[in-house]
Amino acid sequence: MSLTVLTIDDSRTMRDMLMLALQGAGFNVVQAVDGLHGLEVLAESDPQVIITDINMPRMDGFGFIEGVRRSERHRGLPILVLTTESDPAKKDRARQAGATGWIVKPFSPDKLVEAIRRVAA
Amino acid sequence: MDPMEQIKATFFQECQELLADLEAGLMALETGDNDPEIVNAVFRAVHSIKGGAGAFGLEELVSFAHVFETALDEMRAGRLAMSTPAVKLMLRASDMLSDHVSAAQGQTPADEQRSSALMAELAALTQDGSASAAAEPPPAFIAVPSAASPGLDSDEPVPDEIGFVPLRVNLDPPPASGWRICFTPASDLYAKANDVTPLVRELERLGPCAVHLNAEGLPDLDVMDPEAAYLNWTIDLSADCSRDAVQAAFEFVDGDCDLTIEALVPVSQAPPAMDLESVLAQARMPSPPPSDGEIQAIIDQVVPSVQVHMDQTKAGASSVSSDHPQGDAAPDAARSGQPSGPQATIRVDLDRVDRLIDLVGELVINQAMLAQRVAESGFARSSTVMVGLDDLEQLTREIQDSVMAIRAQPVKSVFQRIPRLVREIALSTGKRVRLVTEGEGTEVDKTVIERLSDPITHMIRNAVDHGLETPAERVAAGKPEEGVIRLAALHRSGRIVIEVSDDGKGINRPRVRQIAIDKGLIDPDAQLTDDEIDNLLFLPGFSTASTISNISGRGVGMDVVKRSLQALGGRIAIASTPGQGSTFTMSLPLTLAVLDGMVVTVGDQTLVAPLTSIIETLQPKPSDVRLLGPQSRVLAVRDTYAPLIDVGAVLGWREQAANPAEGVCILVENEAGGRAALLVDTIQGQRQVVIKSLEANFQDVPGIAAATILGDGRVALIIDVDAVIALRGKSPASPTFALAS
Amino acid sequence: MIPTKTPVSEESSRELVSFRAGDQEYCVDIMAVREIRGWTPATPLPQTPSYVCGVINLRGAVLPIVDFNNRLGRPPAEPSARHVIIVTHIGSRLVGLLVDAVSDILTVTSDMVQPTPDVACDTVRAFVRGILAIDGRMISLVALDRILPDIEAEAA
Repeated sequence: MSLTVLTIDDSRTMRDMLMLALQGAGFNVVQAVDGLHGLEVLAESDPQVIITDINMPRMDGFGFIEGVRRSERHRGLPILVLTTESDPAKKDRARQAGATGWIVKPFSPDKLVEAIRRVAA
Repeated sequence: MDPMEQIKATFFQECQELLADLEAGLMALETGDNDPEIVNAVFRAVHSIKGGAGAFGLEELVSFAHVFETALDEMRAGRLAMSTPAVKLMLRASDMLSDHVSAAQGQTPADEQRSSALMAELAALTQDGSASAAAEPPPAFIAVPSAASPGLDSDEPVPDEIGFVPLRVNLDPPPASGWRICFTPASDLYAKANDVTPLVRELERLGPCAVHLNAEGLPDLDVMDPEAAYLNWTIDLSADCSRDAVQAAFEFVDGDCDLTIEALVPVSQAPPAMDLESVLAQARMPSPPPSDGEIQAIIDQVVPSVQVHMDQTKAGASSVSSDHPQGDAAPDAARSGQPSGPQATIRVDLDRVDRLIDLVGELVINQAMLAQRVAESGFARSSTVMVGLDDLEQLTREIQDSVMAIRAQPVKSVFQRIPRLVREIALSTGKRVRLVTEGEGTEVDKTVIERLSDPITHMIRNAVDHGLETPAERVAAGKPEEGVIRLAALHRSGRIVIEVSDDGKGINRPRVRQIAIDKGLIDPDAQLTDDEIDNLLFLPGFSTASTISNISGRGVGMDVVKRSLQALGGRIAIASTPGQGSTFTMSLPLTLAVLDGMVVTVGDQTLVAPLTSIIETLQPKPSDVRLLGPQSRVLAVRDTYAPLIDVGAVLGWREQAANPAEGVCILVENEAGGRAALLVDTIQGQRQVVIKSLEANFQDVPGIAAATILGDGRVALIIDVDAVIALRGKSPASPTFALAS
Repeated sequence: MIPTKTPVSEESSRELVSFRAGDQEYCVDIMAVREIRGWTPATPLPQTPSYVCGVINLRGAVLPIVDFNNRLGRPPAEPSARHVIIVTHIGSRLVGLLVDAVSDILTVTSDMVQPTPDVACDTVRAFVRGILAIDGRMISLVALDRILPDIEAEAA
């Protein structure tokens, strides 16, 4: 039985890429299209790791992370944020919100798997 | 298809959506709406395009998107004012971005000069704002390799193509043989879901660890705060790695713990690393090409390391998941596949849907055939067989409707391309135009959507180019400088109707008439109504532009638009008021797959007339039929007269005109409002039929729109009402002016 | 139908389906033939040349039928249950050829195909690509690409 990863990104391209890389590495994948949707999906599936984009409609990554950290049931879940190299401020804000770690875009499947390994309990 | 290629296709599809969002957002900003979420959405669209483009190594697209994104980011941060010129520039940039996307798809290459000019303009915009907004070169992006190659660690020496293992040159200070790590987590570390176990696991990847837990700080249970951190660890790592490598393991917890890293063994005792001089000397030595045996040895050396790495990854994953109860972590297949939230959709290959539609079409035909056979065998209407058949027919129809609904799409995809078109025509004609769209959510079959684009594009061009006046002319006429083009879609009696109207000068009828006379299209003495004059625009070769502009003069006239619409069972009409503007109305069937028709007989042939063009059916009395001229007959319908067309004669199936008193007349109307009475022998009834193309295996047949297959398995032809009326017009004794002759 | 196997001398041999139309024998490449079926009454099309018999339902597709003999400028057939329809691929289209009967499947090599004798007839030049002499029969090898009415001429 393998690990389930929840990926949250408003870009279908990015969701597909994450799916391809994660399934290729043997993970189960559940998806959400924005932060709010992520919280909904979280309530009905039980991922062990979450990967989320930051800039999304309806609820951004910061809002999502804060929401998870407030949740009694899910606050212990590791959350990785997708960031770009050019924006260190965003990474810091995500950490402040409670992100466990980060993945710099564009990522290779190896980097993705490595980041998950580093936060999975 | 290769999965990455598939994702790339998805990316380009998504680009179209993002470009549409971008344009819609910018247009909202242009109208003065400065909702921060709109600015955010606009930024996000460009950001997502850049992100995807980076992953696929589409460098030109990335470069342009980067500069554009930088400017939008400034606007988002409030450092750049949302002025009209800035938004207008961004609209042009969005058009350029769209061109770059097309270019990346291998279509028309983007105009490099225009692109550079726009990038300069965007950069200039941001330079006034803040220094950081200068167009820094985008980070070097890499194409993500396919997931089939997991685990090749990038810092592992890997043989190049010919099999040489690169030498690792270590320019760092010589490493220690081990490290002592003292690690005291703060409560924040746990709050962010970091944990000690994965950290130790990371260290163990570097080398063997001796882990010592210090629980001295742990208070009594009754005073313990469950959220606080009380423990610390001392870890002795035996590995000749660098301090940075150790530090890197703690990257995610930096700032959430106290961390000290000390070298365990004096540096002098560490094995000497190769210095640069000896490495270079070795590299300069000529070495013979490796033998097969040597290559094999190198491969053997590398391959196990790859496998080991893979195994570790797997082991890591499974040991982690074993901490969780089985049922708890197992999502069902539906959940893991697709999101279930606001965009609960699945993407299906169009071929599969089309196949389904074909099959349902066959089902409809078979159901009709079965019904006919059963009826012929003399079952009573009330028999269980007949009742069952009725249910089957009902079900079949519902299945068909549901399947057709799968392929229904909003016309939005066509409407989205129009704002840019209007901008470009406005720019090149010097006119000021505001576009208003309505009903973009109106749904129509995908096959129809594809065919809507060209006629709409042409009508819009025509409206801006010919319909609207220049700003000066408008002011002189007491109108606002800015002209309004309205594009609307709606459903009306089972068809989709597209209206393009302008508030321009209207059709100049005396001029149109004169041109038609000059071109020999009409007789100088012809008495034409306003409608008839307006319809002259649809005659082949007609153009009202005094100079051939490069907008309307692209070789396509309104006649071509009309003919291509007719081929699809569509119609077009004009209404115009001098000084107030014109409206072009075109209507098309909602689907090109099925049609509600009236089944009729002519001679020994069965034909289908589209129900949408039928006004009523009549049993003419001999006194209702009047001769007009030597050959033509008209039918009196209450107070009006409609030309009587013998369908059998027009289609060349009988020489002798039929006797109207022995037949039935179908009163039909074309889009222009022209009426005619079609004379047929008998009416069999109404039926929904599946449209089969004649062009697929044959060619266009005059007077015939398409074919269908009836219950008896034979092919029946579907009458093209407009064309049949026009065919009649070929007769020299035609009593009225025939438009499309 | 009894297939006659002709000895194969070269690798470049191909198979042809031969058929009778009127009192003459013709053949087409077997690759162009999709199926052979019996005659069913066709729905006539208006405004088409006399050799277009009309269209029939071929498992849901609308198939035009061309009277082959008539297409070659000879008298039209009076179709009956004895006639057969050869369903052929012509480009992306499927077209049925109305003929009297299918006779053979021939295996021939390119050297067995003789050039068409120079005759003045346009239809011969348009359709006949060569002549085969087999067991004393003269069989015309026909090309099907111009069997439908000329669409270009129609559109002009």
